[in-house]
This record gives sequence, C-alpha cells and structure tokens, in this order.
Amino acid sequence: MSEQKNLPVPDPGLEEHEHRYTDVNEAAADRAYKQIVGMLAAVPVLVLAFLFVYFGVPKDAELVLFGANLQMQTTLLGLTGGLATLMIGVAAIAWARSLMSDEEIVGERHGAASPPEARERVLADLETGIEASGIRRRKLLGTGMAGALGLIAVPALVSLADLGPWPTPALRAETIERTIWAEGVRLVNDVSYLPLKASDLEVGQLVNAVPETLEKIEDGPAFQEAKAKAAIIVVRMDPNSIKIPDSRKDWQINGILSYSKICTHVGCPISLWEQLTHHLLCPCHQSTFDLANSGVVVFGPAARSLPQLPITTDSEGYLVARSDFTVPVGPSYFERDSSKDFKEGDR
Amino acid sequence: MRFLTSGRRHKAARPLLLLLSLFLVGAVYAAVSPATNSSAEGVADAQLVAAGKNLFAVNCASCHGLNAEGLVQQGAPNLTNVGAAAVDFQVRTRRMPMANPLTQAVPGSKTIFTDDEIKALAAYVASLGNGPAIPDQNQYDPSSVSAEGAARGGDLFRTNCSACHNFKGAGGALPNGLVAPSIEKTPPQQVWEALRTGPGQMPVFAAGAIPDQDVQKVIAYIKQVNAAPSAGLSLGGLGPVAEGFWAWVAGIGSLVLFAIWIATRGARA
Repeated sequence: MSEQKNLPVPDPGLEEHEHRYTDVNEAAADRAYKQIVGMLAAVPVLVLAFLFVYFGVPKDAELVLFGANLQMQTTLLGLTGGLATLMIGVAAIAWARSLMSDEEIVGERHGAASPPEARERVLADLETGIEASGIRRRKLLGTGMAGALGLIAVPALVSLADLGPWPTPALRAETIERTIWAEGVRLVNDVSYLPLKASDLEVGQLVNAVPETLEKIEDGPAFQEAKAKAAIIVVRMDPNSIKIPDSRKDWQINGILSYSKICTHVGCPISLWEQLTHHLLCPCHQSTFDLANSGVVVFGPAARSLPQLPITTDSEGYLVARSDFTVPVGPSYFERDSSKDFKEGDR
Repeated sequence: MRFLTSGRRHKAARPLLLLLSLFLVGAVYAAVSPATNSSAEGVADAQLVAAGKNLFAVNCASCHGLNAEGLVQQGAPNLTNVGAAAVDFQVRTRRMPMANPLTQAVPGSKTIFTDDEIKALAAYVASLGNGPAIPDQNQYDPSSVSAEGAARGGDLFRTNCSACHNFKGAGGALPNGLVAPSIEKTPPQQVWEALRTGPGQMPVFAAGAIPDQDVQKVIAYIKQVNAAPSAGLSLGGLGPVAEGFWAWVAGIGSLVLFAIWIATRGARA
C-alpha cells in the first residue's frame, strides 16, 4: 500500500460486500434451487418431444402461424431443440447468479516489464549472435540476401499476366468491342427464338430480343459471353411522338427502335421500360435512358447514351440488323473511345 | 259477383288491389315492350353497344370525350382502337373510371360496374375500331401446360416481366411514385388482357413476340411459383434465408429479453 501516494485518485478499496437475498434467506435459496432443477428437468422432456417430432411428424405437414407458411416438422424441431438448449443456458446462469458464492476475491498483479537483468542478458545474446553471423565483416552477405529475397517476388508478379490476355487495340476490336450482330441477322425473341415481324409489333410494344445466330452457339461460356453483349430490347413508339436524328433516320422502321439491353454504367440488363414516358430504368442504380431520344441519359449515374442497333426489315418483313453496334456496348473501360457515342443535340 | 263486392271494405282489399294492378302493368309491359333476349345476335349486339354508349357518356366521356376521341394532352388517351380487352381489364380492376386524373388505382379495389355493364361498355368501345377482343378461355387457360412448359414460362417471365413485377410476381416500385402491382393472384384472363393491351406504363406484349401458348406458360409459372410454400414470411420470393430471418429476429430478440431479465435482478432481487 506504499504506492497509494503515487495514484492520482486514492484507491477506495473494496466496497462492503452486500449479501444476496438467497444468501441470507434459506427459503429463497431453496426456491432458486427448485427453479434451476426445474429448468434442467425440462430438458429431458424437450429432448423426448424432439425425438417424437423427428419420427412422428410427417415431413410435408404445414403449419400456418401469423400468416407465415411454415413446415410443421422443422418448426417444432427448432422449438423443442432450441428451448432445451435455452433451458440449459438459463439454468447455468441462474445457478451462477443466485447459488454460487459471489464473495469478492482480490488477486494482486505484478508489473508487465521483465526485470532489468533479464533485458540486459537478451541484448547481450543478440549482440553475440550478430557478431557470430559474420555480417559485420562480410557486408555483401546481408545485401545479397535482401536483394535475392526481393527478386524472388518478380516471378510471382509476372505470372499475374496469366490473368488474361493483354488488351491490345486489335484484341479489343475482336472481343469487347464486337458482338455477334451483323448485317442481315434476324432479331428473335429471347427464350423462344421467335423471329419478329415488323407488322406484328404494336405501338407501345416491348420485346426482349437476341440475334438468331445465338441459338446455334452451344450452351456454355461462349454462349453467355455472346448473349451478355448482344442482348437488345426492341420497342415500338408512335413515330410522331419521338425524336429521330437525321443520322439515324434509317436505323428504325416506323418507330420500331432497337437498343442494347446492357446499361452503360456497370452493365446490368435493363428492361424496365415505361410505355408512356418512353423511359428505360435500370434497376441497379436508377440510370434512366430516353428511348424516344436516341437513348440519352436523363437521370442517374450512367455517363453515356444507350447504344442503338441499326435495324431494317428483310424481304419477308422480319426485323434484321443493318450492322453490328457502332460503339462498344456495356460499361466503360479505361481504353474505351467514347467520342462516337450519341450525345444530346447530335444530328 | 257477390264475392267481389262483399269483401271490398275489407282491410286487405286496397293493398291487394294495388299489388294486382302493379302485376298487371308489369305483365302488359313485358308482353308489349321489345324483348331483351332476342335470338337474333345482331340485334342483341346493337342493344349492347347502345347501352354501352349510354354508360360511356355518363362515366367515361368527361375525360375520353363523347366519341372516345380522348383528351390526349391531358393524359386521357383516344380509345378508338384499344379494343374490348382493354375496357374489360381497366374497368373490371377499378383502374377506370379514375378517381383523379393520372392517379393510379389502389390495388385490390372493387369495380363499380356489374358484369353486364362491363360487357356493354366493352362492346361499345370495340365497335369504334380494331383492338384485342375479350379472350376466350382457351386463349389464356393454363391448365393444359406441362411442367416443362411452366419452366419455360418461368424463363419468359424472368426475361420479360420480372424487371417490374419481381421474379415471382410480387410487384415493385416504379419511377414517379407509381407501382407495378402484385400479380400473384391475378386471374389468368386479366394477365392475358394486360399483356395484350399494355395498361398504363406497362408495355404491350403482343402475339407477334409472345403467342397465346407462351402466355399460358407464363400464367402456369406464376401459379406454380406461388403455390410453393415459402420458408416463412413471404418477401417476394427472396429465398429461404431471408424469408426465415424472422425466426432469427424472434429468437435473438427473446434471448435479449432473457438477458435483460437476468441482469436486472440485482443482489436483493
């Protein structure tokens, strides 16, 4: 207690111990004892109930509780098993709080630092070791080891190049900047591959479409890649109610226009088209494109208009593409040339 | 004739006489007035259209105009070519007549017209131009769709419908405070009519891209996916983990209550 003087606040010492009700009243202690034993005695009952439910309740029985449609068996298994576990836990806590001794015990602690002799001995051992390694006299040993350890990381870093091909302009033009759309490829309904006749589309119609050539690609990564880039939406609007720039006059047929389905922000597929406002809303970040105005962005984080696919009809009246997209579809990437994208006010 | 005159001062004589005369007037009117159940269909149609025109003038013309030409600038469309299916859908689901201009109907509202009145209104609007007719049962009835067909219907539904209506048809939010309603319990006929007529902001899905067989598959999918039991609270088919989460909330919640109960019992509790 000689350190007492150095403390900023004097040590008040232990509070006087207050005895619990169960310590001073034998009847209360008995009551707590019975409660705890009662909770423990509930466990075998619940376990038996669990076993009964496991073997006795049919797996497909249903239970409607507060409007929720539940599986009878799993619900009862959870209730019985969970309650049994809960009873064990509550009994243990009640035991500790009301019956186990709660007298305070003081355990003195020593300082954390090692004694000064031990510290000096360790430093001396370290010095002996460094001297014995010879690194002080033959200095290149240390430098050489450090350099070698550093260089051994180079093969690991270089092999990261295997993560993908080097994105040269030629490779980009063949992959990310190209889709399977081409001149004369028919537009077909997604899922059913039904070809779309221009005369069958009504004003206000929305079609989720893909190129007919997609059907011939075998299901797998190649199919997914092709579909992810080539998915389009076809809409028909009243030609008098929309803006068609001169440069895109022959990209559409009587107000039937076709746009990439892939958002230019981060590439979510979009098909939430509002017929009355002609707005297309991306569900991911609420980017909104005006399909009545060449797909320009009217709201949200997307920075570029939705690429439009030039379409026309073939001799039988079916919708076909005039070419591939004129700009890369989908989200931006570092090397992308965005100078050819449609901007508000372009003719 | 004594039995007639002897009872003429009886208490019940006047009410009985009144009933008798009412019955006579009714019988004569029924015999003389034009028959409503004419066997000639053309006559019945003409009457239906006439009745529909009257209903239209009273209930619809204030916005859509006396000849259904619409007030397009104010948002009331021209109804010349919308067809009977659009009328049946809009009126039967209480979307029309609108309470206020450009206010979306509250989902689940009851129509204010009888079946016959809706039929008459639809017949009148259908007589104005070309549009989808009210479908026959064999156009939308999903009962003949196989399990494989329902799975294909699921593909079509997720591609074409889920952007607004959620992947099991629970509905969702649209821009400007609008709502894509839940279609989990929508009758098949109304699903067909909505696809073909494109009510409100919903696009049209005409037979050129989604033929009737595909519509039946989509309806079969909606029925099938909503018949499956959910794991707990239905959250629009988010999946068993999220739907069963209420049990976690209830379980941990009761444990927290237990802990509070244990800890609040001080030394002298």
